[in-house]
Amino acid sequence: MVMGTVRTALAFVSGAMALAAGPASAAGLPQLDASTYAPQVIWLAITFAVLYVLMAKVALPRIGHVLEERRYKIDQNLKMAESLKGEAEAAAEAYEGALADARARAGTVLSDVREGAARDAAERQAELRARLHADIQEAEAGIAEARDKAVAGIRDVAAEVAHSAAEKLAGETVDAGAVRSAVDAALKERG
Amino acid sequence: MANPLAQFEITTLVPIRLGGVDASFTNSGLFMVLAVTAITLFLTLGMRAHRLVPGRWQSMAELSYEFIAGMVRDNVGTEGRPYFPFIFSLFMFILFANLIGLVPYSFTFTSHIIVTFAMAITVFVGVTVIGIIRHGLRFFTLFLPSGVPMVMAPLLIPIEIVSYLSRPVSLSIRLFANMMAGHTMLKVFAGFVVPLGILGGWAPLAVDVALTGFEFLVAVLQAYVFTILTCLYLNDAINLH
Repeated sequence: MVMGTVRTALAFVSGAMALAAGPASAAGLPQLDASTYAPQVIWLAITFAVLYVLMAKVALPRIGHVLEERRYKIDQNLKMAESLKGEAEAAAEAYEGALADARARAGTVLSDVREGAARDAAERQAELRARLHADIQEAEAGIAEARDKAVAGIRDVAAEVAHSAAEKLAGETVDAGAVRSAVDAALKERG
Repeated sequence: MANPLAQFEITTLVPIRLGGVDASFTNSGLFMVLAVTAITLFLTLGMRAHRLVPGRWQSMAELSYEFIAGMVRDNVGTEGRPYFPFIFSLFMFILFANLIGLVPYSFTFTSHIIVTFAMAITVFVGVTVIGIIRHGLRFFTLFLPSGVPMVMAPLLIPIEIVSYLSRPVSLSIRLFANMMAGHTMLKVFAGFVVPLGILGGWAPLAVDVALTGFEFLVAVLQAYVFTILTCLYLNDAINLH
């Protein structure tokens, strides 16, 4: 406002200079000529009233409408973007959930399979063991039978050998029963 | 040298008399009509396309709207909304008057004290009436700021009343004096250009160029100052401090 004051002072000085300049400007400041006041005020009132009506009824509502429309559109788009973002987030969440689910299911399936395989293996092993055991028992039985048979065979052979040997040596017939009991006694002695 | 004050003279273009009152159409009235026309064209033609994404012209129209709407909102609040068209008209009227007045050989009607005083007294009376209608007698508590000890009242109330009554005077003189001073200075320096000849005339011409740039700033600033003070006075009347 200091600038304004300086300028005002300058203006009045120049006005005074003009006043002093001569009779042509003797009327002084045109601003102070009261005869011009009425037409200026009247036309100011008319033009300003017209301007006010034009602004209030035509220009401002039009601009306000455009601004309102733009704000509405921007709000709408922001809202849409927000809802889309929410949807995308929900989709991502669902995807994560599905992934975790699948992972868990895969884990249980895997452990099931592992357990089943272990159970199967144990069963098969037990079965094999049982079969082998039976085979061994069978084989042992066979062996025992064969040995008994062999032992029995040895007694007969020994009795026969002893009989024929006694006949040859003694040159006479020997009672077969006596030979047999003698062999038995000899075998028993050896164990 | 031409009289630097000749540019302020009122010349009658169409003599009109209404019931003994001189209502002649003068150069002042002509430029008022021009300002109103220019404002209306600026705003309506600029908004003609009313695009969602504004062009340059539409941006300027919207900018002026949002500038004043923001000023009213910030200084008066939401209750100032009904007065927005008036404040807007006031700002644009003064702004266009000042800017059109910068065109050489044109007339600046805001350089006349009677015009600025008529606008200021309209604002003053209007604001006072609004204040009394809204608050009744409580409006006069405006002259006694709250929290002031009663002892100070006999001193403060006259000061507040004088400062309140001087509002239209300061409002009108500020605008008128700025306009008149600026245009007078332009004319004074312009008057030196030809007498100083082809060698010396450049100096005052350069000063005038600089002053013209400065005057554009003053033209916008003074329109702004007048409008924002109107907003502040309106705020006083509506919100009582």
